[in-house]
Amino acid sequence: MTGAPDTPAIRVRDLVKRYPGRPPAEAVRGLSLDVRRGECFGLLGPNGAGKTTTIEILEGLLAPTSGQVEVLGLTWAADAAVLRERVGVSLQETRLSDKLTVLETVRLFRSFYRRGIAPEAALDLVGLVPKAAARVANLSGGERQRLAVATALVGWPELLFLDEPTTGLDPQSRRQIWDLVETCRGCGHTVVLTTHFMDEAERLCDRIAIVDAGRVIALGTPPELLAEFGVPHLDDVFVKLAGRRLTESGWTEPLGNSLRSGAGGPA
Amino acid sequence: MTPAASPIARPLPPPVVTAGGHAPFVELVRSRLIEFCREPEALFWVYGFPLVMILSLGIAFRQQPLASLSVDIVAGPHAEADFAALATAAGLTATIRPQADALERLRTGRADLVVEHTADTIEFRADPTRPEAALARDRAHDALERAAGRRDLLAVRDTPLAAPGGRYIDFLVPGLMALSLMGGGLWGVGFAVVEMRIRKLLKRFFATPLAHWQFLAGMMAGRMLFVIPEMVLLVVCARLLFGVRVFGSPAAVVFLLVLGATAFAGIGLAIAARAKTLEAVSGALNLLMLPMWLGSGVFFSRERYPDWLQPVLAALPLTPLVDALRGVMLEGRTLAGCAAEIAAVAAWGIVCFAIALRIFRWQ
Repeated sequence: MTGAPDTPAIRVRDLVKRYPGRPPAEAVRGLSLDVRRGECFGLLGPNGAGKTTTIEILEGLLAPTSGQVEVLGLTWAADAAVLRERVGVSLQETRLSDKLTVLETVRLFRSFYRRGIAPEAALDLVGLVPKAAARVANLSGGERQRLAVATALVGWPELLFLDEPTTGLDPQSRRQIWDLVETCRGCGHTVVLTTHFMDEAERLCDRIAIVDAGRVIALGTPPELLAEFGVPHLDDVFVKLAGRRLTESGWTEPLGNSLRSGAGGPA
Repeated sequence: MTPAASPIARPLPPPVVTAGGHAPFVELVRSRLIEFCREPEALFWVYGFPLVMILSLGIAFRQQPLASLSVDIVAGPHAEADFAALATAAGLTATIRPQADALERLRTGRADLVVEHTADTIEFRADPTRPEAALARDRAHDALERAAGRRDLLAVRDTPLAAPGGRYIDFLVPGLMALSLMGGGLWGVGFAVVEMRIRKLLKRFFATPLAHWQFLAGMMAGRMLFVIPEMVLLVVCARLLFGVRVFGSPAAVVFLLVLGATAFAGIGLAIAARAKTLEAVSGALNLLMLPMWLGSGVFFSRERYPDWLQPVLAALPLTPLVDALRGVMLEGRTLAGCAAEIAAVAAWGIVCFAIALRIFRWQ
């Protein structure tokens, strides 16, 4: 019932997610990966690669069209109630109640879990103790993101999902989130995060799955990936595999077009 | 900027993991109440609006003596004698004017009646479709006959009725209370839920162990708690300002209020169960509320609608609530005496809550 500790934290085989429509949109097309217990695992790829769809299936928020997904040795179909207690989630865009204070928000989320840490301890972990009495409305983007992580940490999950935790943040706030992810890993949580920032993945993640068009196109530790492709930066791994360049905005652009960096949306 | 400046980058002892804590239901209700109290606009709509309504309607429909009826006497040889006769009649204000002047005043509604006394006849001119005109005519006729020497044959005594319980304001207060419960439940829950869905807060809640029924019940209970002070305020103001009395048991009234608030919160949840936009939910709520504003007997008795419409009106959820509240507050009925109405309101609430729980869209 609880899943043996020697099983991987996450095991995904041939995952497919198709959204109904005309024509049906296939966001994930046969994705397989394992996440080991205690590691920080990154899903890296451009916007629209299927990262968020994948992580939401892993979080039990979306049902897969086909394929197998085991989380902590359990499945969402059979053991959702148990898994919810053991998994913490920070979604891409959640607007928590503006009228509540930081501490009230974390206290509310703490009440949802049977076991967990004190709300004050969660604020301490994310560095928001000085803001405990501030209304959510008055927080900066980085502070809101740290609060979102605090609401995920307060149930002291074995597995923590962070969907694009640094998108839209200034460099200093990003750095604070990075420190936070390292703190979480240091506390023994398995962390799965999505990002389109190469430097973020390289710095934070023990292993990375590079995702493009709904498939894993490369998987390994950052040094392994660099060695395998014989390149100095992760950016070049993506270029070699996808034939496009991944920009800071999360979109990709054709090679030899670096002047328009950051402006290349989907055609 | 050095990493050391970060408030986070430091070794921390792992926090203590403890079991238990507050009940999620209690925390949800508490959060809802805190949010509500920090929203001044919501406070006005919930507490100010019913008060303004009761004040304005109470003042507009207060019991007042009939306005004095205006009678113009056309100048002539009998005018002075007729003026003296009409001055003794209750509720009439007579003036003597030239004929053209009097007729012009009659035509424009400033005079209710024109009296012209020629040699052997008294001519009354009035608009027969206006009740004031008919009343003025009969009073003037009576006064002139008495002045001419008529004697009454029957002994008559008038007893005015002004007992609390029978006035419009008494009729109105239970209706307004039910209306507030409806508005509060439908808007307070329905709108809030859709807003939380748009903010992806529902999805975030769905990613925690929080049970669905606990969330939905927490939203309903939070709403229920707002309305209790609101209703107390309404009853107290109605009592102080207009002397509106509650004839039945206060406990029965409270029971009906809680029942109504809960049922309409349940209906609000069902309406909001799938709506993705605020426009969609507003449209649905307005569509649902309009027939009840007009047809459930809040402002006027629903008996005024034709018979074939009555079963439809009786089936609306607000109708049995209005009927039961009026029954207890005005007629002093017991809860057992309103069993059918209570069952109808409860059925609406339970069925809608069950539907909401089943079809609720979390993301």
